[in-house]
Amino acid sequence: MFAATELNVKNQRVEKLIRLLFLMMTSLLILPVLVILGTLIYKGGGIISIDFLFTKPTDGMTAGGILPPLLGTVWLVAVALLVSVPLGVAAAIYLSEYAPDNWLTRIINLAIINLAGVPSIVHALFGVGAFVLFFEFGTSILAASLTLAIMTLPVVIVATRESLQAVPLAFREACWNMGATRWQTIRRVVLPNAVSGILTGVILEVSRTTGETAPIMFTGAVFFSPFLPQGILDQTMAMSLHLFVVSTQVPGVPENLPYGVALVLIAMVLIMNSVSIAFRMYLRGKKKW
Amino acid sequence: MEETVKLAVRDLSIGYGGTPAISGLNFEIKEHEIFGIIGPANAGKTSFLKAINRMDMFDSNMQVEGEILFNGRNVRQWRNVYALRSRIGVVFPLPVGLPLTIYENVALSPRLRGISNKAELDVIVERCLTRAALWDEVKDRLNSLGSLLSGGQQQRLTIARALSQEPELLMLDEFSIAVDPVTTMRIEDVLKELKSEMTIILVTNLVQQARRLADRTAFFLDGGCVEVGETEELFTGEVQDPRTRDYVEGRFG
Repeated sequence: MFAATELNVKNQRVEKLIRLLFLMMTSLLILPVLVILGTLIYKGGGIISIDFLFTKPTDGMTAGGILPPLLGTVWLVAVALLVSVPLGVAAAIYLSEYAPDNWLTRIINLAIINLAGVPSIVHALFGVGAFVLFFEFGTSILAASLTLAIMTLPVVIVATRESLQAVPLAFREACWNMGATRWQTIRRVVLPNAVSGILTGVILEVSRTTGETAPIMFTGAVFFSPFLPQGILDQTMAMSLHLFVVSTQVPGVPENLPYGVALVLIAMVLIMNSVSIAFRMYLRGKKKW
Repeated sequence: MEETVKLAVRDLSIGYGGTPAISGLNFEIKEHEIFGIIGPANAGKTSFLKAINRMDMFDSNMQVEGEILFNGRNVRQWRNVYALRSRIGVVFPLPVGLPLTIYENVALSPRLRGISNKAELDVIVERCLTRAALWDEVKDRLNSLGSLLSGGQQQRLTIARALSQEPELLMLDEFSIAVDPVTTMRIEDVLKELKSEMTIILVTNLVQQARRLADRTAFFLDGGCVEVGETEELFTGEVQDPRTRDYVEGRFG
């Protein structure tokens, strides 16, 4: 029989205390999320309706719905994705599967890290200079989406590269030994097993892009537009900017309108994130090795 | 036995980042023979196989000097290294079941060669799996994942995959390491049959396996080839080098 010494007892008590302390601190994390969501639902939930989602703003944006900004955000995100996903995935495949470890590769990696660290307002100014003025796209969906695409490119590249590198090297070597080229190996074995991670990264990028305001406010998003965008060279309203506008720039807006806009915006992001998480869990269940 | 030289090794030296792993190899491997390579760990056996298959391309640390002539052509001068590798089947000691179905594991190499006819692939898959003594165990679940088979089954899947290349040269590195003795015997019988179709290099830690299978055997020790000879001569008396005799009789070290 062993009896607990005084020291054992003390250690155990400290252990319990520490555990409780850390648990409490971790629990604090949920608080901001709950408060934000709770406030939005409480103050803005009442205004949400089918009409709110699918009609245009009226009375100088103090009434009516949010169809133009909602549709505008969908346009912006979709075009940004069309640009950043092929570019980012191709770059990640090159970096992970082809690039030799030399100074050029290292510079490229450094550039990606730095690109991720550039503040969004700086991206916005770059977008104005490059896309709006130099390429003469004007303030348009195209210019705004290209700006968003460049800003989120690092996310796509890093997520793709990580999921490619999670595929064990032994699989590649086994293929190479059979005489498969790099591309045959990538197409038949590496990509099919990395695609879950890549998609997760893409969805994450979508949710980030949805909420961005700074990069689009000088490049393509407008204060108010009576029209729905018809093509990528049109200007458009966007959810994030619309929220800013109805919260601070327009007099006489009923209190529940900005909260309603914010609620729809955050719901878009949360739904996207949930899809991403569910997808990851689904694919993790089908692990292949 | 035909006397065509399949693989000629001339002054071959291999090093890793300046540290020599193997040096001064000189011998020839004839077509349609089973060429055994025995020797203790760290003797350079696996490095030798890697150099034949040009796997040094994947390891910037690995330097190869000297010549390996495959069908009379230096492997370092094959312009299309994929064509070279597709003619050489390799089985390494750690089995790798690709994360594809069992069927696709074996059908991959034929597909890479451009065979897409399902009936034709079916025949190849069944023949290769049968030869690797795996068909009976997996014929009812060809669509389950190859990477989830047991270690020994993955090993045989790897052998089946190497055979699906219809290689001219088959290199087996410790193929029986994860395979039970009965199955090992079945595969050994297959190897004896395969000799009529291809040349086989058999690296093995099991001295008796080399004796059972190999026509000629090389003894590698500490990064060099001590001697090459008819297998029976190596095992029964006519040995020139006492180190070989010690090793095959288990009195080594």
